[in-house]
Amino acid sequence: MNRETPQPTDAPAIPLGRARRATPHDSAEKHVTGTAVYIDDMAEPAGTLHACLGLSDRAHAEILSIDLDAVATSPGVVGVLTATDIPGENDVSPTGKHDDPVFAEDRVLFHGQPMFAVIAETREAARRAVAKAKIGYRDHDPITDIAAAEAAGGDLVTDPLTLSRGDAAAAIAAAPRRLDGTMTIGGQDHFYLEGHIALAIPGEDDDVTVHSSTQHPSEVQHMVGHVLGVPSNAVTVEVRRMGGAFGGKETQSNLFAAVAALAAKRWGRAVKIRPDRDDDMIATGKRHDFQVSYAVGYDDTGRIHGVEATYAARCGFSADLSGPVTDRALFHADNCYHYPAVRLSSRPLRTNTVSNTAFRGFGGPQGMLGAERMIEEIAYALGRDPLEVRKANFYAPGRDLTPYHQRVEDCVIARIVAELEQSADYQARRTAIIEANRESRIIRRGIALTPVKFGISFTATWYNQAGALVHVYRDGSIHLNHGGTEMGQGLNIKVARVLADAFGVGLEAVKITATSTGKVPNTSATAASSGSDLNGMAAADAARQIIDRLRAFAVEHYGVSADEVAFERGKVWLGSERMAFGALIDAAYLARVQLSAAGFYKTPEIHWDRAAGKGKPFYYYAYGAAVSEVAVDTLTGEYQVERVDILHDVGRSLNPAIDLGQIEGGFVQGMGWLTTEELWWDDEGRLRTHAPSTYKIPLASDVPRDFRVRLADWSENTKPTIRRSKAVGEPPFMLAISVLEALSMAVASVSDYRECPRLDTPATPERVLMAVERLRAGG
Amino acid sequence: MSFLLNDETVTLEAVGPSDTLLDYLRLQARLRGTKEGCAEGDCGACTVLVGRLSAQGLVYETVNACIRLLASLDASHVVTIEHLARGGRLHAVQQAMVDHHGAQCGFCTPGIVMSLYGLLLDTPEPDDDAIETALQGNLCRCTGYAPILRAARAAAEDRTQDADPLIAGRAAVTARLQAMRDGARVALTRDGQRALLPASLTDAVDVLAETPGATIVAGATDVGLWVTKEMRPISPTIFIGHLDALQAIEEGEREITIGAGVSYAVMARIIAAHFPFLAEYWQRIGGQQVRNMGTVGGNVANGSPIGDTPPPLIALGAEVDLLSAEGRRSLPLEDFFIGYGRQDRRAGEIVERLRIPKPGADVICAAYKVSKRRDEDISAVCGAFRFKVADGVITAARIAYGGMAATPRRARAVERYLIGQRWCEAAMARAGDAVAEDLTPITDWRASAEYRHKIARNMLRRVYLEHEDARATRLPHRGAA
Repeated sequence: MNRETPQPTDAPAIPLGRARRATPHDSAEKHVTGTAVYIDDMAEPAGTLHACLGLSDRAHAEILSIDLDAVATSPGVVGVLTATDIPGENDVSPTGKHDDPVFAEDRVLFHGQPMFAVIAETREAARRAVAKAKIGYRDHDPITDIAAAEAAGGDLVTDPLTLSRGDAAAAIAAAPRRLDGTMTIGGQDHFYLEGHIALAIPGEDDDVTVHSSTQHPSEVQHMVGHVLGVPSNAVTVEVRRMGGAFGGKETQSNLFAAVAALAAKRWGRAVKIRPDRDDDMIATGKRHDFQVSYAVGYDDTGRIHGVEATYAARCGFSADLSGPVTDRALFHADNCYHYPAVRLSSRPLRTNTVSNTAFRGFGGPQGMLGAERMIEEIAYALGRDPLEVRKANFYAPGRDLTPYHQRVEDCVIARIVAELEQSADYQARRTAIIEANRESRIIRRGIALTPVKFGISFTATWYNQAGALVHVYRDGSIHLNHGGTEMGQGLNIKVARVLADAFGVGLEAVKITATSTGKVPNTSATAASSGSDLNGMAAADAARQIIDRLRAFAVEHYGVSADEVAFERGKVWLGSERMAFGALIDAAYLARVQLSAAGFYKTPEIHWDRAAGKGKPFYYYAYGAAVSEVAVDTLTGEYQVERVDILHDVGRSLNPAIDLGQIEGGFVQGMGWLTTEELWWDDEGRLRTHAPSTYKIPLASDVPRDFRVRLADWSENTKPTIRRSKAVGEPPFMLAISVLEALSMAVASVSDYRECPRLDTPATPERVLMAVERLRAGG
Repeated sequence: MSFLLNDETVTLEAVGPSDTLLDYLRLQARLRGTKEGCAEGDCGACTVLVGRLSAQGLVYETVNACIRLLASLDASHVVTIEHLARGGRLHAVQQAMVDHHGAQCGFCTPGIVMSLYGLLLDTPEPDDDAIETALQGNLCRCTGYAPILRAARAAAEDRTQDADPLIAGRAAVTARLQAMRDGARVALTRDGQRALLPASLTDAVDVLAETPGATIVAGATDVGLWVTKEMRPISPTIFIGHLDALQAIEEGEREITIGAGVSYAVMARIIAAHFPFLAEYWQRIGGQQVRNMGTVGGNVANGSPIGDTPPPLIALGAEVDLLSAEGRRSLPLEDFFIGYGRQDRRAGEIVERLRIPKPGADVICAAYKVSKRRDEDISAVCGAFRFKVADGVITAARIAYGGMAATPRRARAVERYLIGQRWCEAAMARAGDAVAEDLTPITDWRASAEYRHKIARNMLRRVYLEHEDARATRLPHRGAA
């Protein structure tokens, strides 16, 4: 038996089928013609009212009085809502901590916290009225950043995590070399193009239907019920599509849906809430800022002996998802590297800022960035190419245990890096850049190759389940519903393809329908890159059930054996005979065969004991690597990314076009996080970069002209995932770390690469210039 | 007022000055393909085309419907995403976006399609620079733009665009728009809010005299945000963007005269012809939609300390002409800016035009802008420089900075230091010490005071270094460079 080739432990649940088809997004034609319906585009029920939130203009204060008289009498206003109008719980905390009020009651804990809502005949009337509120405050000093939070005693929003293996302190002490450092990592606004929105339509009894731009309809359902004081079965939440989400609509939709539902039930009319972009950016959570403090022991070959690191995060005023986010940061503080002895701790700090939340990568990018900084520091200390240090520390057989005691069994990073190093001509380009930098006074270049290993599965193990509901109608047309949500990532086309292939019909026979809590219950957020892994399998399970029934029917009715029944190209083969799919369906209907099925899937093998810091939280890992080359202007710190080469592992791709889009898009979003996207709070705790005029995400002209992305076409998931594919939503985001490190190299050139520039992020032109001047001045 | 909306003529009676085109499209006309992403003209999700009659005939330009005020569209042709696909067939741009997977969530897509459509109408064979420039005002958060750029190149290859209805229907639309222009003053009201569209420049001056305290609006790229973000009342409002007299450009022997209503986009042609050192800088003002809407006169009149046009205009020695019922008054542009938010524009005066001396052959000019993001960003600092050098010695210097003080301002101490110095890097570096005498910038979200100082100083060195060897001192930037 060949032990080197990993063999699947289980047979795939369905045949591998015809994967690898670059089918366009199911809504592509609607997107380009403007006919795709987002919630604000839906025809509103007659008499629809509009809500606007009143936000606090203090970061930390007691509320002494709320005078809304002028608000209530403003033209067009129907009424106002405050905490006292909430029949259920004044809370939308996703983790049950009861620390996330819909409306602040006696104190405000961040600038922009909702205190009340105005309901008016038009959105404009509601917005005008909000400005007329008179709020009395007694101010307290706000704590707005990590340093201030630690200085004030380090109040935590949730329990921290420690991951430990071996005696890290002893290993570092015994190592030939040691270095210590700190890195500050900025947060990020999601900047989904479609902002938050909810439209609530009241029904009879306690019922309400909410159209919510959310990644997590079941949680919105639960929260609306919780706030209204009604059971979940009174609340139906629907979402057909979102105009982008990126994690920003995992928990942050709760509040908007709750306010719309509250008002809809109060006034018996449909109510829409769509905050202005500035309010959306001020009042909703973002990617966590981190400060990573590390000590690493290593030797002259660059091999790491031990790591101790603390990941402190600005969580904001409440827990939200900060627990699992800071956990995931620790889960990725190793990236692709084996730490023989390690101790990692999280510090989820409470601050008077908006409560930070999920964002593509979910703490993983910050964890990984800390790991790459340690590698970079070692390389500069030893005067080596960071790539050599990376290779010296990759997980490998015998060096495969993570800080959370899971074995890395599917590691392909060495092969990916080797292939990319070749195809991107990394070595020759690096040599040429070092040569050219000697001659160039002002413009300096840098190049870096960085790897990614990202763990796939929700670390909350119970989230790793999904359902689907499939109906086949009498005419042979198929209705597909599953628990995942479409935010642009192409989940629906991937799942629809799985279903169409299972039934042997064309995509046109499959109708993709809006995600609804009334069709598939108790769903998980479409998050953690899990959408197609989970929902694809659930849909396949539903298809399998119906096909099993059809096959049994055909055996009985047409006298063929089960293996003579095949579904292909819109036809059903019955031995040497064939009939149209629709004809078989009609015959099955007449024979009273059930043509509907609820599919279900749960990820096998995984488990996690948080208290012990041990387990197998991830079903598998996704890998990738990128080479970025940049040019830096050392007079201003401005820069340009000139070329990027990526090799990324998506297993057997379900749809190469969709996967390529996730890789390119994730990379550019990651590049924005590390370069120009800066969240800037003033001394009063006000976020001052709260609109695209002040918060700068990448533009078309920031994208490298020479942008070469390839899928690792030899890769196949060692686990029996849907068609042996791998998740793709988050992992490519972290490929952008190569841009930061290339900038770092260009900066380092001004002091002949003797010193690690220790660039904090975002590496704005200002930070780059300041680093250049610091290195020129001798550190 | 009347305008064409796709194929339909729309006549509106009740229009307020604050009514936006986007709200009209989405709430009244119920054309919901055009999206609201930011309501401040920065994301491009609301991009539509506006066709207007100009000296060059009917021109179509992309605009941000979110901040385009409805009243300004009298006798215009508004073209939305709904106008593109005909008879069930996608337009070439749309088809290319599908074929190249240019949409993921799809929310920015109608705006991207309209920007690319506008580009191809104007530039049938665009290169990559032109495509990126056309997309400077469109944000996409999903795709990383790569598939959009591939789609744009593919659409540019598709020659079926010659049959485009906006090209084929040019004569008919021109006639319909001409019929809407009756040469009379238009006065609109809604809920007591007044919008006035004067018949001519003379009439504008009269209207202004009759309407003290009126808000004057040209491109609305700033006033639009007063409306959408601050909900500030702007009534009564005098719209001047349509006035032909303010669109006039005179290319004289010694100076160029620019009407205050000339947009950045139209001005770009003058820049290319007479001030090529400004070409790259100019292309970094706003996005294409903002350059199509915003005017040079508006940027001056508005007096922002971070406006991009005053520093180079001051360095070039431009003068501003102000017109009122009493007549015309001229002053050097630098004197127009009195203090933060205060300009020397008296009641009843309108910024009529700018007169810009042509730099002679013996003059060294440069202008730089530094911002967090290269394109469609507001300057941290911009600097503009004009030197005369004779026999290796600086004989004259005009230097102006934006982002370094409460107004765009000349750096006179730096100028004084440099005059008489040798034209060399060391002198330029030493002159940087004098920046602190002239200017005390603030720290804000765009930059720290320290960084602003450093780059203001380094810009001086750059003028010299770049003059000696441009390639070695500039990033391999695309576009106009």
